[in-house]
Amino acid sequence: MNIVVCVKYVPDATGDRRFNDADHTVDRVGVDGLLSELDEYAVEEALKIVEASDGSEGEVTVLTVGPEQAADAIRKSLQMGAHKGVHVLDDAIHGSDAAATSLLLAEAIKKVGAESAWDLVICGMASTDGSMSVVPAMLAERLGVAQVTFGSEISVTGDMVSIRRDGDTATETVEASTPLVLSVTDQSNEPRYPSFKGIMAAKKKPVETWSLADLGVPAEQVGLAAAWTKVDASAARPPREAGTIVTDEGDGAARLVEFLAGQKFI
Amino acid sequence: MTAPLDLFAIDGLLDDEERGIRDTVRRFCDDRIRPEIAGWFEDASVPARELSVELGRVGLLGMHLHGYGCAGTNAVSYGLACVELEAADSGIRSLVSVQGSLAMFAIWRYGSDEQKEEWLPQMARGEAIGCFGLTEADYGSDPGGMRTRAKRDGDDWVLSGSKMWITNGSVADVAVVWARTDDGIRGFVVPTDSAGFSATEIDHKMSLRASVTSGLSFEDLRLPASALLPEARGLSGPLGCLSEARFGIVFGALGAARDCLETTIAYAGERQVFGKPLTAYQLTQAKLADMTLELGKGMLLALHLGRLKDAGTLRPEQVSLGKLNNVREAIAIARECRTILAASGITLDYPVMRHANNLESVLTYEGTSEVHQLVIGQALTGESAFR
Repeated sequence: MNIVVCVKYVPDATGDRRFNDADHTVDRVGVDGLLSELDEYAVEEALKIVEASDGSEGEVTVLTVGPEQAADAIRKSLQMGAHKGVHVLDDAIHGSDAAATSLLLAEAIKKVGAESAWDLVICGMASTDGSMSVVPAMLAERLGVAQVTFGSEISVTGDMVSIRRDGDTATETVEASTPLVLSVTDQSNEPRYPSFKGIMAAKKKPVETWSLADLGVPAEQVGLAAAWTKVDASAARPPREAGTIVTDEGDGAARLVEFLAGQKFI
Repeated sequence: MTAPLDLFAIDGLLDDEERGIRDTVRRFCDDRIRPEIAGWFEDASVPARELSVELGRVGLLGMHLHGYGCAGTNAVSYGLACVELEAADSGIRSLVSVQGSLAMFAIWRYGSDEQKEEWLPQMARGEAIGCFGLTEADYGSDPGGMRTRAKRDGDDWVLSGSKMWITNGSVADVAVVWARTDDGIRGFVVPTDSAGFSATEIDHKMSLRASVTSGLSFEDLRLPASALLPEARGLSGPLGCLSEARFGIVFGALGAARDCLETTIAYAGERQVFGKPLTAYQLTQAKLADMTLELGKGMLLALHLGRLKDAGTLRPEQVSLGKLNNVREAIAIARECRTILAASGITLDYPVMRHANNLESVLTYEGTSEVHQLVIGQALTGESAFR
């Protein structure tokens, strides 16, 4: 089974993140980036599926759209065990929204498919920066294939994929046939650490870099100018106010309960 | 704000592979070691067997050795892994050092093909744990005086004597034991289920509590001829292994220091004294600046030694430079950090005193600071002043 995993390079959530003042896009200067943690689950799921179908010649291709540093996200995925990488890189892509991103991913996936057919596209449930969760659905639409989102348990038999989806009120198990776009949650698996052998092997794995021209996508269809949505204004949240300190003068428990009840926590 | 080692732009001295390995070990420690370590230290109980398998899965065991299922990384990567492990706890780094640099290295460097095939792959996976028996109760800095003896009996060897302060001893599946023979000091690969082998865990330690330390005893322990390490003759065998392990300590000790310093900077930023944070006082900043200097200088020295090792030109006296300086400075940093944390610093809620206590062992094991001074002194003067 051949699988394409879409991954995103995001600013490190533990760093100081902000939008830049000029165009309100993510300011990438001075902030370390990394493979979106939620995408690690997608990589892990793909690796598990390919490893479980032993004997077959399955490959995991990891695909990203992003600036030059986004190669880090590909490298991390290759270190975990993915077989090859594709990086869609073009200055005109800066500021692309979800719709344009899904267009670029879809065209890149078609190009991957022209070389060797794919069975599954797996995405994370959301990016840890934009957290819109819409790209998998848009991607399935553009590719004209079925989509199942928010899978928390995946099993594959032949060309049938069984997916458990955990909702707030019910759990459902759905089945879909390949080709299929799937997104997986952070409950789906436990992403592996890149082993040292994996880290050393990653250097030798092929990574292709494709421009808009390689994908046949006109520059007018992507980037900030083509975005259907844009950020008009952004402001940092005011720092949180200091909490209330209750000094226990024998009535600490009662005052604590009073506070919690007042805030409707209990 | 800038992290201490970022001031030195250390990352720029590493390649992608080295950073990748460091990041993996850091994350492993964050996920697996840090949440548990205070409890392991408090209880003096570490799940060594379970942990070994997990460490093996990452590739940490014998990581800088080539072949036999070992990852085969460069020496700098091994050093960086030691930094991350020891930033979690010196005891965990000790487990990895003893397995990879002492037990596995001895077999890898001096063993027969059969010994390598039998032990190295399962040790790399962490399914078999190794220990290294050189030190005895009365022979530490002068291992050449050892009393443990191996006598020939037909083709067999009969081992008798005891070893002390042996990391991993009670949990080991295999011990590399050094003994006096008619042919000088020789090494033996001893399965710990051999008749006549026993290990006793040393209790009541104030240091390396998250590490198994044992005494080993051999009572007329019979070994086949194939147990002898064929390529090691004399003290240079075990000393070669120690030089490997010391190399890891040159890096590792800085991990403990870094953890103390980062903890302390965060603590001092939060801690209000006379109405402003402790970090806003000049005395605190002077301490932090001085500690950062020593940490960074130590890291630059470690990386320099690592590059020499990868180039194949590192000499034992240069490893002594690194161990003497970096452990000495690490323990000084840990103690200085404690003065900033004050009372909080003595608890296991913070890692500082745990690191300081661990570093007391690191200061003297694998060659005391004084022995390293003498090694350096000899290199400088040509005079051997050990005895």
